[in-house]
Amino acid sequence: MDLPSPLPGLALAPAALALPLIVLSRRRPAVRETWSVLASVLQTALVLAMLPAVRDGARLVWAPASLAPGVPLALRADALGVFFATVASALWVLTTIYSIGYTRALDERAQTRYFGAFALCLFSTVGLALAENLLTFFLFYELLTVATYPLVIHKQTHAAVLAGRLYLAYTLTGGAALLGAVAWTYALAGRLDFAPGGILGGAAAPPAALWALFVLFALGFGVKAAVVPLHTWLPVAMIAPTPVSALLHAVAVVKAGVFGFLRLVGFVFGPGLLDDLGAATALAALGGATILLGSLAALAQDDLKRLLAFSTVSQLSYILLGAALGTPEAFTGGVLHMATHAVLKITLFFCAGAIYVTAHLERVSQLDGIGRRMPLTMAAFAVAAFMLAGLPPGAAFVSKWRLLVGAAEAGAWIAVGVFLVSTLLNVAYFAPIVLRAFAGGGGPRVAMAEARPAVLVPLLITAAAGVVLGLQPEAGHLLGLARAVTADVMGAP
Amino acid sequence: MGAHLPILPVVLPLVGAMLVPIVTLASRRAAWPLAVGAGLLATVAAGAGLVSVALHGTTRYAVGGWPPPWGIEVVLDPLSAFVAVTVAGVSTVGLLAAGPAAERLPRHAPAAFYALALIGLTGFLGMVVSGDLFNVFVFLEIASISSYALVASGGGPALPAAFRYLVLGTVGASFYLLGVGFLYALTGTLNMADLATRVAGQHASPLFVGGVAFVTVGLAIKMGLFPLHGWLPDAYTHAPAPVAVLLAPVGTKAAAYALARTLLYVLRPSDLPVATILAWTGAAAILVGGVLALRQTDARRLLAYSSVSQMGYIALGFGLATPAGLAGAYLHILNHALMKAALFLSVGAAALQGRGPAVHALGLGRGMPVAAACAVVAGLSMVGVPPFGGFFSKWYLLEGTVGAGEPVLAGVILAGSLLALGYMYRFTEEVWLGGSGASPTPAEDAPKGGHAAPGAGGTPGATPSAVAIGLVILAAVTLAAGLGNVALVGVLAPVTGLR
Repeated sequence: MDLPSPLPGLALAPAALALPLIVLSRRRPAVRETWSVLASVLQTALVLAMLPAVRDGARLVWAPASLAPGVPLALRADALGVFFATVASALWVLTTIYSIGYTRALDERAQTRYFGAFALCLFSTVGLALAENLLTFFLFYELLTVATYPLVIHKQTHAAVLAGRLYLAYTLTGGAALLGAVAWTYALAGRLDFAPGGILGGAAAPPAALWALFVLFALGFGVKAAVVPLHTWLPVAMIAPTPVSALLHAVAVVKAGVFGFLRLVGFVFGPGLLDDLGAATALAALGGATILLGSLAALAQDDLKRLLAFSTVSQLSYILLGAALGTPEAFTGGVLHMATHAVLKITLFFCAGAIYVTAHLERVSQLDGIGRRMPLTMAAFAVAAFMLAGLPPGAAFVSKWRLLVGAAEAGAWIAVGVFLVSTLLNVAYFAPIVLRAFAGGGGPRVAMAEARPAVLVPLLITAAAGVVLGLQPEAGHLLGLARAVTADVMGAP
Repeated sequence: MGAHLPILPVVLPLVGAMLVPIVTLASRRAAWPLAVGAGLLATVAAGAGLVSVALHGTTRYAVGGWPPPWGIEVVLDPLSAFVAVTVAGVSTVGLLAAGPAAERLPRHAPAAFYALALIGLTGFLGMVVSGDLFNVFVFLEIASISSYALVASGGGPALPAAFRYLVLGTVGASFYLLGVGFLYALTGTLNMADLATRVAGQHASPLFVGGVAFVTVGLAIKMGLFPLHGWLPDAYTHAPAPVAVLLAPVGTKAAAYALARTLLYVLRPSDLPVATILAWTGAAAILVGGVLALRQTDARRLLAYSSVSQMGYIALGFGLATPAGLAGAYLHILNHALMKAALFLSVGAAALQGRGPAVHALGLGRGMPVAAACAVVAGLSMVGVPPFGGFFSKWYLLEGTVGAGEPVLAGVILAGSLLALGYMYRFTEEVWLGGSGASPTPAEDAPKGGHAAPGAGGTPGATPSAVAIGLVILAAVTLAAGLGNVALVGVLAPVTGLR
């Protein structure tokens, strides 16, 4: 049931207003950062305000204008959109606080540009989460690409500029493929809105054309979702400041790609059509391969942030595989994994940033004994790492268990195997870090020196949130929303 | 006054051009405001014409009271009014921003510059509003001759460039005239509306085939359509900076408009493969222009080849001749004029500081945050990033190609965007680097001391305010043309059929 409501539009307002305010207050950092915090809190509140209605099956629609004849500029808050917007907004609050501590501790340059670009990124993220149709989605998707660029090259070193080039080359090429796919969809279906169950079902097109269309879409979303072999930009983009890696390269940007895949599977092609084409199997194979290759690559990393980036590559494809398997349980698990991976991976990045701020260490091999120096940070790291690997009763167990059950229900025993092997690989790349941190070295005892509170507290909160989500999956209504998404796509259970 | 509205956009710049030398005798400083004022009045008149057309439909005006087809007719329909506003508006911004550069010219040169620029504007606007094929030729020559003179005013390497421009331009104009002659011989009329009805049953005549061929090739030369673009790169590279800002955005557009007008609304050669040839030539132009632009190190030459590529989009849209394709092509006339003016203007702003013309020496980020930001906006529009205007023209073109079942052409449009990303990226990277004036080298691994936040201000080399205002207007309209594209498409609906 569609209800007209200004709320989806209002949810974009805080970040949109924050941008000029941030630029105007550039000479007064305290005021400038107040705008960022206020915007993130307001945005979260407005997104949460939509949650009750959406959970009850309503969709809030705000369609102020036309993007092109026949294609409205419209936002529609459905379960999937609100799910993603909630995760991104809530984590933006914590990342803003963390960023303030991080940039102050390192005396970072160009902080106005930094916070301004951050606000623009979150504006785009919530915009694409709530987009009603593919063209509106594309608008925010490209805006997100452009807004992230200044954050990637933030340090303006040669390496950062090269990373920025690679980032833009990958993402905008993907964007071109996506634009072609959108135009083609419009020609085939005559509409671009996201309809549960898909809009291409009735299109009179030969399977080969639909396959080509699917490949174009997959190129478009696959870059941001870091699907192997389109993932190369992600580890390189780790040159960005850690809060950027934490929120954008573990949550907002990469999940925008994954979110695109979920929209593609559930709302453009529809699971039925994908299955008929055989594209679901291809997507599952792509996801499965990425899970294993990402985990294997993570094993070989010494740079902590690069290790986390390859872990992200792997974990993102859990969601793709869940969407491709086609069983309700796996779909729910995949959607839920967007949130659980976000909470846990942001914790890990926050920890990596805290280590960098306090000890200026970036390599795993340098972390001997760091757990004795920063016990709280490393405890959070250890908890988040093992939860992310999928060990019960962590948050990721809740999503991964559903993925596993869903794979078994679908009879996809290869997928079951992939999940199990990947869990072992996760443990294999995280355990050495934790062991090193707490048991390694044995050198002289150092005094405890945690990062400043603005850095430490957010990471403790996200780690705690991971524990809570593991023990109480219904907390924050995320599981309920994920179930609602599955019900949207596959019909009521 | 209201009855004479259609002719005013042509008359006002002409009067301005005649007044410029006179007022310069009294005060050397008066030429600039006078030229800007004449341009502004022409823009207002064209804008009023567009509003009137949108509200009341096509307006016809018989010059001197002589009724067509004997007299000369001026026609404002949605297309001519739209292009007239584009040409007049962008030229006015160019005249405004030309002030600081013109002040540096020797004693009498500014008066000549402004007078020639206004005569050129008269010619371009005359081509657009004329309802008579021969009159299009007259105004085409007026515009061309002033353009040759303006390019040549750069001296040095601009002289051979201007000569080449003159030779090829004259070939183009002569071809056009020859084609019009054939059509006159066939139908006995030069009035477009009259000719359109009389030519309908005569498509088999060799005169018709010859007329279409000569008109098309002649105008294709004037619009710089690959492979007939030979005059364009040198002319835009060596023209003085304010001249490039005036000519590059609108010069090729007026010819493109004339091509669309004659082919699509007058001659309609449905049994000749003209549309197919135009579409595929446009596709080739997109790719070749883009690849050549990638290879340039001189910022002006890079922008010139980018024009070759972007004109390809317009030709492709004409060739498709579907509602969406036409909407895309017409919108791109506006959007490309805006982005190209902004980019040449930012190069000109750098030149005022003695920087450029090499791409890596533009250094816009240092002390020129406004120029830098506006160049980024224009670059994003060129690449086709929403919500800027350039995205929407490409969206309609894509819709047109996909709808016409031409996936290859759709692929070319997207590939052209990626080529634009390649060449525009070099501009924007300079901007973000904070303007060290050199590309990053591996040795420079330390953070650079640039300032990213605008308003570090007070740098001696700041953008002159006239140039800054011009850039901000262009960037703002680029954004507005994107956000308001539905309104523009709505105005153009009677000529495109896209609803």
